[in-house]
Amino acid sequence: MSGPNTDYDPVEVTPLKAEQVDEMREAALAAIAAAADLDALKQVRIDHTGDRSPLALANREIGALPPQARKDAGQRIGQTRGAVNQALAARQVVLEAEHEERMLVEETVDVSLPTTRARRGGRHPLTLQSELIADLFVAMGYEVAEGPVVEAEWLNFDALNLGPDHPARSMQDTFWTEPAENHVVLRTQTSPVQARTMLTRKPPIYVVCPGRVFRTDEYDATHSPMFHQVEGLVVDEGITMAHLKGTLDHFASQLFGDGITTRFRPSYFPFTEPSAEVDVLCFVCRNVDPASCRTCRGEGWIEWGGCGVVNPRVLTACGVDPSVYSGFAFGMGIDRSFMFRHNLEDLRPLFEGDVRFSSSFGSEI
Amino acid sequence: MKAPLSWILEHVDVPAGTTTEHLTDRLTLTGLKLEAVVSPGRDITGPLVIGRVLTMEPEPQKNGKTINWCTVDVGDANGTGEPQGIVCGAHNFAPGDLVATVLPGGVLPGGFEIGARKTYGHLSAGMICSARELGLGDDHDGIIVLPADAGQPGDDVRPVLGLDEETIEFEINPDRAYALSIRGIAREVLVSVDGASNFRDPADRDTPAPNADGHPVVVEDADGCPVFVARKVTGFDPTAATPDHIVQRITAAGMRPISLAVDVTNYVMLETGRPIHGYDADKVQGAIVVRRARDGERLTTLDGTDRALDPADLVVTDDSGIIGLGGVMGGETTEMSGTTTSILVEAAHWDAVSMYRTGRRHKITSEAGKRNERGVDPTICEAAADRVVELLVEHGGGTADSGVTVVGTPPAMPVIEVAGDLAARVSGMPITEERSIDCLRAVGCEVSGSGTLTVTPPPWRPDLTDPQDLTEEVIRLVGYDHVPSILPTPPSGRGLTHSQRLRRRIGRTLAGDGFVEVVTFPFVGTSDLDDLGLPADDARRDLLRLSNPLSAEAPFMTTTLLPGVLRTAGKNVGHGNVDLAIFETGAVTLPRHSGPAAILPVDRRPTDDEFAALDAALPAQPLHLALVAAGDAVSGGWWGAARPVTWSDAIEEVRSVAAALGLDVTASSADLAPWHPGRCAELSVDGEVVGHAGEVHPRVCQAFGLPKRTVAAEVDLDLLIERAVHLRPAPSFSSYPVAKEDVALVVDASVPAADVEAALREGAGELLESIRLFDVYTGDQVGEGKKSLAYALRFRAPDRTLKEGEAAAARDAAVALAVERTGAVQRA
Ligand SMILES: [Zn+2]
Repeated sequence: MSGPNTDYDPVEVTPLKAEQVDEMREAALAAIAAAADLDALKQVRIDHTGDRSPLALANREIGALPPQARKDAGQRIGQTRGAVNQALAARQVVLEAEHEERMLVEETVDVSLPTTRARRGGRHPLTLQSELIADLFVAMGYEVAEGPVVEAEWLNFDALNLGPDHPARSMQDTFWTEPAENHVVLRTQTSPVQARTMLTRKPPIYVVCPGRVFRTDEYDATHSPMFHQVEGLVVDEGITMAHLKGTLDHFASQLFGDGITTRFRPSYFPFTEPSAEVDVLCFVCRNVDPASCRTCRGEGWIEWGGCGVVNPRVLTACGVDPSVYSGFAFGMGIDRSFMFRHNLEDLRPLFEGDVRFSSSFGSEI
Repeated sequence: MKAPLSWILEHVDVPAGTTTEHLTDRLTLTGLKLEAVVSPGRDITGPLVIGRVLTMEPEPQKNGKTINWCTVDVGDANGTGEPQGIVCGAHNFAPGDLVATVLPGGVLPGGFEIGARKTYGHLSAGMICSARELGLGDDHDGIIVLPADAGQPGDDVRPVLGLDEETIEFEINPDRAYALSIRGIAREVLVSVDGASNFRDPADRDTPAPNADGHPVVVEDADGCPVFVARKVTGFDPTAATPDHIVQRITAAGMRPISLAVDVTNYVMLETGRPIHGYDADKVQGAIVVRRARDGERLTTLDGTDRALDPADLVVTDDSGIIGLGGVMGGETTEMSGTTTSILVEAAHWDAVSMYRTGRRHKITSEAGKRNERGVDPTICEAAADRVVELLVEHGGGTADSGVTVVGTPPAMPVIEVAGDLAARVSGMPITEERSIDCLRAVGCEVSGSGTLTVTPPPWRPDLTDPQDLTEEVIRLVGYDHVPSILPTPPSGRGLTHSQRLRRRIGRTLAGDGFVEVVTFPFVGTSDLDDLGLPADDARRDLLRLSNPLSAEAPFMTTTLLPGVLRTAGKNVGHGNVDLAIFETGAVTLPRHSGPAAILPVDRRPTDDEFAALDAALPAQPLHLALVAAGDAVSGGWWGAARPVTWSDAIEEVRSVAAALGLDVTASSADLAPWHPGRCAELSVDGEVVGHAGEVHPRVCQAFGLPKRTVAAEVDLDLLIERAVHLRPAPSFSSYPVAKEDVALVVDASVPAADVEAALREGAGELLESIRLFDVYTGDQVGEGKKSLAYALRFRAPDRTLKEGEAAAARDAAVALAVERTGAVQRA
């Protein structure tokens, strides 16, 4: 390994002779080639091109030479310095590459280590189900209507053709608030939102109303005092049951899959006349050999909700002229739809709040 | 309504080969929904036939029992015609008897498979059955001995034993009260099943003409009781048994057999739909008077309950006083008993609304009440009473009294005008006027006219009052399954509202920050608020009370979401979910004590003022957000130590939500339950308080089963959403160089950092681009009761490079104001 020439004395020698310059070059190139790493190369650079290097000192002496000699020496030293710098640069590239390669190898980690350090959040599946349903209708041009859950008795019942002595009122299992003479209830259905919509908008009306509703049902695997409904209301000229059927068929196919249709059975709701129960084709067995199907319990169809043509009495109470407009309405349980869509047999996990339940659904269903 | 099929078919014919499934499918499609078909023999398969016992040899056994080795003639049912050898343990029969015999290959209830097996030294090929073995009751004393005329050996025994009798259970909608009877269901079969014919109306019978010889009856309230029919049977044998077919039918219909007299009234009610009441005629004193009750009157009803009557209740009285709650339940004093020999039969038509109110007022539900409150055919009182008299005389002996009392006349049915094309317009199906008329006539309406039809519904259909009701009748008979499927074309919609989009954004923000959404019930009790540590005068104790809560412990609608989320958090911790972050959004109920929500008319739209008054009468129901976090925010691992949740996480999460709406939240010190009094922040936006956040009070943590240092927040989302930035202008930033200056200020520990920052901001002027508190130090170097706040300030001008010293001057001005405002001392 060659180091700097410490015996060198610029005063006593004439460093500008060709042989001497060649020696400097050889020494520098040898040192460069021998530099094993970037630190060594840095030192070589200082020793052979730095201010106190032989070449620098020689360069400084050029000025003292006569003009002819100055030119030759200048050329010689210049070429030599160029060659040394070139060699330095080339060696630098090689050593940097070696260094990088070594570093990258040394920095190797175990990528299979666990990485999760923050909690994962999630939205409630019923919220997601409500939003999904709302989106299906918004895509058809509907708007989403809303109203309060603590509601006026008149809007929850009377305006919907459920007079004070209507036997259907006792079917509703209503939570009443005190004092009773205030006539305030927890809404038993999202239908009062439909009444509110008709009272505040002019037809044509195309709305869906998802929301919480309350019934005095004891809490068990299939009943909850609070659950979620989505209702739809259309009021326009020339609306018929056929439009209702078309809408629900479309809704069913969007929610449960292509080809899933609905079936109507006569029923009774004071709000609508004619009224129908809506069954949806079982999306698991599609009514092909349903006997062994657990989803529809062998029926081939699943009870989904109720619907009908808006009773003209309701239109009248809500300020819509039944001689001009007709409409349809439908209502489905969001919780129920979720339960059979996701194969959940006991509804209680929906309201128990165990984070393992909700977080498994993330933010989209 | 549970209806034995044979009973239905006693009143209407269906084409031969009509299956029960077809019948119920058709009825379901026209509105009587099938719930279930049950039959006692549904679990029996294979050969179950009549056998004639030819021989029986008693054979005592070592175990003390004696078995009978029998040969039984089963005709050709065994394929050979030879007698069948069967071992039988019973002794209640003799050679020559007809018995129910199950042959090898048969399966009895419980999956009990019958084969030929070696037993007691014989090959026993089958079994002679007891009632219990066939699922016909608990009688196991012996085998069933059939009547001598039951049939021939080898005949199927199922029809003989009623094992194949099917009972159909229907769900009856409130508007189809007529279908709460065999009469109504048979009529539905007639109109629903193709080829059904020959309806035989059980109420269509010749009845004796009214006369003056019957029991005297005065109806003082003809609106409440338009028709009252009284008949009498005397010399009745109170010990007479109810015939088997009546017992079987009323049992199948879900009613309990009691005595012949009671069973017959129930039987006729099921058959005709008309509730009947029977009095012990010897206990009725003088004339019957029907009227409304008077204040203070009481009655002990058949169920032994002493009831205070309401002046709106319809009552039946005699000289002794009140003897019945008309149409709902009879009284104790005239109840038929095991010694009753004279029966007064009442068939009366009652006002449905009164029935409904009385039933609800006294909390009585009964088969009679269910029919009376939904509406019964008012024209069949005489027929029903006559049918009861006939059955009482037929099965209980005695004599029908010649007296027939009939008071009042059935109310007339309304006449409805309906457009002939209404059914087509409503259904979207091409239903002609002729088809509509046919359908209406099929359900019993009288129809005349064309274009506009004049329709009188039949008396058993009080539900038909409006044109739309008639339309439903037409469409259901044409068939809901024929309604075409057509999508309407709504006008272009406007999508979700701004508020709806923001609420979704809030939920996604929280989930993205690691919070899990929960849904809880909004019911609370005062103990929940005690657990929160709310003082007695806290506004959140002003609660809306439910009249009929599910739980007496939680009778109120909550004013805060905190009890629900804290309770849920506690449950999660109990389940081992200890590193927890949950949230809930939902409306809370804040009473306004603003008086009643009026019951408005329904024959017109409410005025805008009336509608506004309804809303004003409701409690305020702002949308709230509550969140709770506990345990570690960042878990520990190979990367380093865990970071536990702190009070600041609760505030930060609200800031995160607010930022999603383009809002800045200011936090200032507050003291509000359920938070730690030194670690509670009042959160404001634009100077308005929107909620609170911080560490939960240790006592509250304990009450909810949560670890210490659990944090929580509750904010009013309506207030945030109201203020959310709607249209944000695009930002512009300076591309000139930034100048950085750091300052450290020592202030009293009680000085809020926010005040120091505010003073620095104001003092620094408009060149200040940002300010960041990067260190808070307390300790020896700053002295007791002091803290050092270190800020990094960045200065930049929008339009130029700052001049030498400009940033330093701005920094000095900032410090000067902080010194002046907060008593700060700049740290060297
Ligand atoms: Zn299925």
